[in-house]
Amino acid sequence: MDRNLGEQTIKRGLEKEGMLAFLGKAFALREFTLFVIIILCSVVLSFFTPHFLTGANISTTAIGLAADGIIAVGMTVALVLGGFDLSVGSVMALSGVVAGSLYLSGVNIWLAAFVALIFGMLCGLINGYFIGHVGLNPFITTLGMMSIARGASYVLTQGSPLSLPGIARSFKFIGGGRILGFPVMVLIYVLIVIIMDFALRRSTALRQVFYVGSNEKAASLSGINVSKVKTGVFFLTGTLAAITGILTLSRFTVAAPNAGMSAEMRAIAACVIGGASLSGGEGTIIGSALGVILLALVNNALILLNVSVYWQDLITGMILISAVLLDFFTHRSSFLHK
Amino acid sequence: MEDKVLLRIRNITKIFPGVKALDQVSLQVEVGEVHALVGENGAGKSTLVNIISGVLRPDSGEMTLDQRKYAPANPRESQILGIGFVHQEMALCPHLSIAENVFIGRLPRKLAALADFEKARVETGGLLKKFATDLDPKTKVQELTIANQQIVEIIKALSLDCRLLILDEPTSSLTEAETENLFQIITDLKSRGISILYISHRLSEVFQICDRISVLRDGGLVKTLAVADTSEDEVISQMVGRSIEAFYPAKHPNAGEEILRVEDLSCGKKFQHISFSVRGGEILGLSGLIGAGRSEVARALCGIDRYEKGQVYLYGKKIRFNNSYEAIQSKIAYLTENRKTEGLFLKLAIKTNIVVTSLKTITRRKLVDRGKEESLTRKYIEILRIKTAGLQQKVLNLSGGNQQKVMVAKWLAINPVVLFMDEPTRGIDVGAKTEIHYLMRELCNRGIGIVLISSELPEIIGMCDRVIVMNEGLKTGELVGEEITEENIMRLAAAKKNKIA
Repeated sequence: MDRNLGEQTIKRGLEKEGMLAFLGKAFALREFTLFVIIILCSVVLSFFTPHFLTGANISTTAIGLAADGIIAVGMTVALVLGGFDLSVGSVMALSGVVAGSLYLSGVNIWLAAFVALIFGMLCGLINGYFIGHVGLNPFITTLGMMSIARGASYVLTQGSPLSLPGIARSFKFIGGGRILGFPVMVLIYVLIVIIMDFALRRSTALRQVFYVGSNEKAASLSGINVSKVKTGVFFLTGTLAAITGILTLSRFTVAAPNAGMSAEMRAIAACVIGGASLSGGEGTIIGSALGVILLALVNNALILLNVSVYWQDLITGMILISAVLLDFFTHRSSFLHK
Repeated sequence: MEDKVLLRIRNITKIFPGVKALDQVSLQVEVGEVHALVGENGAGKSTLVNIISGVLRPDSGEMTLDQRKYAPANPRESQILGIGFVHQEMALCPHLSIAENVFIGRLPRKLAALADFEKARVETGGLLKKFATDLDPKTKVQELTIANQQIVEIIKALSLDCRLLILDEPTSSLTEAETENLFQIITDLKSRGISILYISHRLSEVFQICDRISVLRDGGLVKTLAVADTSEDEVISQMVGRSIEAFYPAKHPNAGEEILRVEDLSCGKKFQHISFSVRGGEILGLSGLIGAGRSEVARALCGIDRYEKGQVYLYGKKIRFNNSYEAIQSKIAYLTENRKTEGLFLKLAIKTNIVVTSLKTITRRKLVDRGKEESLTRKYIEILRIKTAGLQQKVLNLSGGNQQKVMVAKWLAINPVVLFMDEPTRGIDVGAKTEIHYLMRELCNRGIGIVLISSELPEIIGMCDRVIVMNEGLKTGELVGEEITEENIMRLAAAKKNKIA
């Protein structure tokens, strides 16, 4: 919905004012600003290191960000709801581990993956039930689920990664294959982004998430089933986390209990950089995707420029705070406006 | 004449994105005068006082304070220069004592960095005595009544040696006695040479307490009038730019069929044995003092809260709503009295706010049909004459009256058969109020039954065809037609329980 506003602003900008004013207004749109920053970073980076613009580097980076990206899609919806889901990283690990364990005990890998998906959905439903129907706080509930799912992953694997020999090629294809040279995992991610971005803007079901996130009481009084909406959102975050876990399993053919460690934090950071607000009612999937891409790009730059990986977290944090500051300064005037 | 002017405002203009909030406004506040600032919501009052108190900076124009150039960069600077601002929504820390609140941010120091609470208490006590209150400076603010909290705010301003005190809607939550007390304080301050800028919607108060009135309309100053030379009618016509002949639309003589019947509705101590019926084409008033249980009955009927006993019939068929959704399905709407906390989605667009109750009608194949969404929104923006820069404007940026209209619009969109309106005109300007009143009557003429809950007696008397009066959770009487008078309502509103049975 915010994007609509942006588009209108752009149109008006073109009609009434010159190019400068138009640019000023376009930059008020978070997605546009991010897009320009990403392009600028890429240009600068390709000057410093010729390796950056190679197909191999770009496709590795893209596969790498797809996992965080799919999780961030769910997280965006949770943030629009005015909540967040801390359990996504652990649920991702658990679904990989469940599929892996079943496979090792002789179950067909596709069936195993299906059961793992059901597990992830169940985790989401349990979160959703406690948050939506019982009324527990999302922070506490998903913090608990984060610990439970991570713990279960360790219990199932006895703490060490399970490697899965002789796995079916068809299953390896979804995480490691290519179609016309494009990594399948990246294509799946792009597909999820396109579908979910459209759904968040246009579907009636997800429109209700904006209402609940903006004013829960008003939503309830306007006839929206708040419990159902909340449950649905956590079902979605859980499901997407499980899908990520299964894709990661396919990519590495290893079920690691420590997979997706602090993925929830990276996802929240990416969403906020992309314009979602922790107080709910705001956010777009495209914005979050651009946030994920920016963070991945910066990490890639650090690696290519031979900077120690230990700088990654530090720089991610700085970008996050800069994004929030930018938001504060561009939107502050509208808060004062009565 | 010149030396009597404390604050001189010259040609102040302030532009917000898309709105000229203030346009070349000039006015003067004299030493020791009570100067009223009136105007509809959105006329620019808040912007003006925010500029005076340093919250906002003007785009052009200048101010002088005591003949000296005055351009505060922030609220703190304006405080130091002697401008005190008592906000409509109190800005006190509820967990701290009166003294700590009065000296917030500048507690006297003793040894090293330790605060000298004793000194703060003594000084606060001295100020409190001046107002003949027996409040203890050690009392926590959360234990005070709203009126006393306001006194704390005033004292806080005075302790900063304030020469101009801005009061924003000071009486909106005060009882009559408390209001009288406040006026006493204002008179007292005036005699000490302190000027007061008094913002209020209540013209009767303005005429009682103020010396001059400045009327703002659409960001411009219409006129500054001396109270002695003007009348309420003149001020109202200046505010709205036209004269309002009758505040209330003509009543409709004959009501239609019964739509909703309530029998013996009870819920614990909130209300007991409430029976009444709502007929199409009539406005039924629910009157009584605050806390009499009026809103509680309406909320229980509309599925928002529970009730324990009793029956509800819709068109003669027994019915019970377990949530708002079910009520909406049966075309029963409840317009809440809490616009911001449970009525509007402030961060979302006008369009999005209006369609929230009609998601089903604007959905095609699980998607929001943008064409239908827009035509529905446009229809109600036109019917209600909502002033907006566009359908995408955030509700946050609308004036109070227009926000109220957006809320009404979302309920009209369900084509209600019974519409409960809880304080539908509270805190909105005269123009919007009249528009809503006429709209209510028009809805009635189309056969809708309206239940009006209002704490404003003139509104109940002016609007309702029939009135039910409640006291302490009980229905104490029902008045029809000519019987609806202030006297009768007040008598029933204060009736004791044993008198009714």
